[in-house]
Amino acid sequence: MKDDANAVRNAWVCWLVMVKLKLLSATLATGIFLIADKRNVASLLILLLVTNAANAKDLDINDWSSIEDLARGETVYFNAWGGETRINRYLSWAATTVKSRYDINLQHVKIADTAQAVSRVLAEKQAGNNTDGAIDLLWINGENFSALKQNQLLYGPWAEYQPNFPLVNADRFPEMREDFSIATDGLESPWTRSQLVFYYDSSVISGPPLSISELLSWAVENPSEFIYPRPPSFLGTTFLKQAILELSDNVAALYLPVSASNFDEITAPLWEYLDALHPNLLRSGRYFPSTAADLRRHMGDGEISLALAFNPNEAALAISSGELPKSARSYVLQGGTISNVSFLAIPFNSPHKAAAMVVSNFLLSPEAQSRASDPVHMGSTTVLSIEDLPDEARKMITAIDYGSAAVSIDDLNRKLREPHPSWTLALEQAWVQRYSAK
Amino acid sequence: MSQSRLELSDVKLSLNGKTLVEINCSVNAGEILTVMGPSGSGKSSLLAHIAGFLDPAFNASGVVLINGEDIGGLPAEQRKIGLLFQDPLLFPHLSIAGNLRFALPAQQSNKNHLISEGLKEIGLAGFEHRDPATLSGGQESRVALLRLLLSSPKAVLLDEPFSRLDSQLRREIRTQVFDKLRDAGLPTILVTHDQADADAAAGEVLYLA
Amino acid sequence: MLRFAYYSVIFLLTVPLLFGTAIAALPAFGYFPSLGSNEFSLFPWRDLIEVPGITQSIMVSLLAAIVTPLVALVLVFLFLASASGSKLDVWIRRLVSPLLSFPHAAAAFGLAFLIAPSGLLSRLISPGLSGWERPPDLLIVNDSWGLSLLLGLIVKEVPFLLLMSLAALPQINPAQRIKIARSLGYAPVIAWLKVVAPCLYPLIRLPVLAVIVFASATVDVALILGPTLPPTLSVRILSWFNDPDLSYRFLAAAAALLQLLISLAAVCAWLLLEKLAMLLWRFWLDSGNRASAESFFYSIGRCAMPSVLLVIAGSLVALLLNAFAASWRFPSLLPTSWTLRHWTSTWNELLAPLANTLVISISATVTALILVVATLEFERRRRIKKTTALWLLYLPLLIPQVVFLFGVVVLAESVHWQANRSLVIFGHLLFVLPYVFLSFSEPYRQLDPRWSQVASALGASSFKSFWRIRIPLLLSPCLTAIAIGMAISISLFLPTQLLGAGRITTITTEAVALTSAGSRNLIAVWAVVQLSLPMLGFMTALFIPKLLWRDRAGMREIR
Repeated sequence: MKDDANAVRNAWVCWLVMVKLKLLSATLATGIFLIADKRNVASLLILLLVTNAANAKDLDINDWSSIEDLARGETVYFNAWGGETRINRYLSWAATTVKSRYDINLQHVKIADTAQAVSRVLAEKQAGNNTDGAIDLLWINGENFSALKQNQLLYGPWAEYQPNFPLVNADRFPEMREDFSIATDGLESPWTRSQLVFYYDSSVISGPPLSISELLSWAVENPSEFIYPRPPSFLGTTFLKQAILELSDNVAALYLPVSASNFDEITAPLWEYLDALHPNLLRSGRYFPSTAADLRRHMGDGEISLALAFNPNEAALAISSGELPKSARSYVLQGGTISNVSFLAIPFNSPHKAAAMVVSNFLLSPEAQSRASDPVHMGSTTVLSIEDLPDEARKMITAIDYGSAAVSIDDLNRKLREPHPSWTLALEQAWVQRYSAK
Repeated sequence: MSQSRLELSDVKLSLNGKTLVEINCSVNAGEILTVMGPSGSGKSSLLAHIAGFLDPAFNASGVVLINGEDIGGLPAEQRKIGLLFQDPLLFPHLSIAGNLRFALPAQQSNKNHLISEGLKEIGLAGFEHRDPATLSGGQESRVALLRLLLSSPKAVLLDEPFSRLDSQLRREIRTQVFDKLRDAGLPTILVTHDQADADAAAGEVLYLA
Repeated sequence: MLRFAYYSVIFLLTVPLLFGTAIAALPAFGYFPSLGSNEFSLFPWRDLIEVPGITQSIMVSLLAAIVTPLVALVLVFLFLASASGSKLDVWIRRLVSPLLSFPHAAAAFGLAFLIAPSGLLSRLISPGLSGWERPPDLLIVNDSWGLSLLLGLIVKEVPFLLLMSLAALPQINPAQRIKIARSLGYAPVIAWLKVVAPCLYPLIRLPVLAVIVFASATVDVALILGPTLPPTLSVRILSWFNDPDLSYRFLAAAAALLQLLISLAAVCAWLLLEKLAMLLWRFWLDSGNRASAESFFYSIGRCAMPSVLLVIAGSLVALLLNAFAASWRFPSLLPTSWTLRHWTSTWNELLAPLANTLVISISATVTALILVVATLEFERRRRIKKTTALWLLYLPLLIPQVVFLFGVVVLAESVHWQANRSLVIFGHLLFVLPYVFLSFSEPYRQLDPRWSQVASALGASSFKSFWRIRIPLLLSPCLTAIAIGMAISISLFLPTQLLGAGRITTITTEAVALTSAGSRNLIAVWAVVQLSLPMLGFMTALFIPKLLWRDRAGMREIR
């Protein structure tokens, strides 16, 4: 219904512009528009009145059932990274479910990079579009969240009003309220957990390196057997952060804004390390894969025997899809690895905020989260506090078997926190500065 | 068939200020006026002007009348002037019957009957569903003539219609065309290079410089 | 009505492009009110100069812009010179349209699967010839100087220039020219190069310039095959536009303007090259040389086109193998087991983008065709002699897409024309229109005017004579124009992505999105779907007239 109203508005604005600029050709545009959307004027006017009435009503976030009522019939454009088929299929299941349960049309807008969505919201603000944005819900964390929050481009606070929010037990798990050390302030709702893991081909190597410094000596002995994706891909940047957390002797500074410390001094050990590592990488540091999937392909092709991922179940999932040999195994470094939570946020100009919140609350439900954890469906790690769950959901999640390539629960308990998000950009820029112009 | 009369009154064609054709004549029903002259003398432009296709680069003055009625302001399709070119120009995507039906006025009744009668008359009975590309040169010319007649024109313009045919066939087709046009009582203007055409037309001959 | 279409075409070809470019250029001089910058300044340019590796990015873009058209043109000319009238010639002529319809992204994926260290070629010689048990550690795809990018571009642009040359050749009657030159003692290939080439070149000059601009600013091909350390300028512009740090917008805008300058510089360099070539050619012509180097040119010309075909065929095979491979470890030449799983599991996700692709390409192409036919009909009735200046048609191909599309997005936003299918169709129209015009205008203008004259002399109204005579007679070129238009629309990535705000997914956007994270098998499935759509279009365009005119021998000659 809202879309029909948008169509009228668009057609109307087109017409106004046409008259204003006396550009005959805009009629053509309107023509195509009307043909493409096949509306008829009378029903449109009625729809316009109806939706205006709905818009006028403010959201009462304390009354969840009123939110669910408002959400009925709305379409939610959910911008989420679309590069992983398993996730796309999981979201299409979610779309079917919220349609039958809440009468919401969930549209997964597959984006290659969350930054694109950030640009989109900015372009809309720039054009003065404050009420009718193209994005209703956004899968986000870290520097993207930080950029939107700083520029006040997010709606909220809303996350902690969700009926399912208590299930994450944010008092026990502070990372549910903190995104790369930036307070979420209720502007985003937790969705999945990620953790950096390494995986290797056990048919080629037996003793993989267990720390960042071991990795260097291992790479010198086994040249061309390892490579990491180039920053600013999130996996590549995470590798840099992992390395600096182990190599730096001033870890505390990494949890403060980068401007508060001497960047060159703190990062010097990292560059020294990378300078030594790069000649021993596949392609000797002249090329880096662009993403985690790209990296996985090098492993699948047998070019390398050690790689890394940001989903603890990635190797297990890739074995079952035939992308990796059955001999692949994953593990976490001895000193722990970076782990983070990714979230869902609503842009300030989303026209379907109520429905976006209902979808988010659904994705946080034990039902949706346990399905997401199942490797048959998505294979992610849940954000829910397993101990606090109802029996049935708890059993479902703990019973999941990820096979021989899975990382043990003990391994996954060795977690490192994400540095302050300002480090992400600074490290990426410095890396690009040093290594991109060879 | 209607008895009509084609008049050209002070018709003058010029291109870039240079006069090409000046003509003042009248052609009665069943008469054939022959226009002769070297290439570039404006013969074809004259026909284009009468039929309503003259390139706007030309300047035209004077009046073209059919039965005393000025047709100068009418679009080509309302002038009721039939055209025969050097090529028969049968529409290659239509069957013979399709070509003939195209010429019949929309409201015409029993079209199929008219078509089969017409084909019988020109010795091509049963050719309705044939592909025009399978016809011989002479057969094509006869179908083109029949198509022209079925559109019930009030006057006819012939633009070197026989020059494509070899001499034996040319005589035969020429006689057939002229006879039919005379029978139909149509005023006709013939543009040609060939003195034999002019002789056979047996009407007034105009030489353009 | 016709006049309206005529002016719409001119409007569509100019206003969005020029306004888009202008709007995208403002932030390049520091003006960007929504980021609180209301004054003009040169700081984006200072930042741009300091970007690491910017010189290398520029050099690769320039190299691609000059080498691609040069190699493609030489190959096309030598092929035409050595193969005219041969069986090879006839065969290639038949293949050229379908080859052209191979979308850039699919071709680039296929090429990558062919030449990568673990690709088909390497498997072909391993381990037998090369001794490789594991893929060699060689930097082939994404190499720093963009050689694989160049290869990808050349393979794509050769069919384009060939088609343009074949379309232009009849105007200069090459057979007769060759006969005269041969009677004066010139060997055939030398004769072609001396008497046909210099007259053909001016006729395909605009397409050559379009190749220069495309090669200097391509995004999708560069993303797949181009260098990564640093990437080409066009790829960097896109990533700066999309950077979460919004201050990068200034840099992106300055770089976009730089991109425009680079394309311009490449065009200028090309024009100089033309002068030089002309000088050398004069010298060569004056030398009176009749046969030396004949066999050299001949053998290059005869080998060139089959080699290009072989690369394309190899890419296609690589795509197909990947789309059906279950397990395929190096160095097996063929997959050790096969599966349909990649297809069955993708089927549901294919449907919506497939529907979008078809709706968008059909709407854009039909709209373009209506505008083009109306414009041509307006020209014909008013007897306007080619008033639509040719360069106007090439405008959307001569301004890099990355430069003006962002401005178009902002422009659409400011009139609240929200990202939806209609906006994407509008965007596609800008690119489809020139191709439909270019492919349909010549047959339309060349159709014997006497057909319409006969029809109106028989009393048919303009309407009847248009629908019953002109359109059926032109059915074949008309369907070809539709197939070309749809092929262009299907292959468009950037306009769909930017104008559709990612909400509108097509086969192409989905395929390119998978580059960042899909398995090779899934990419292959999408690429195969992407390239089979235009193929189907061309086959339909060929098949319909054959079926419709199976009893009309005369329709085989009409064009």
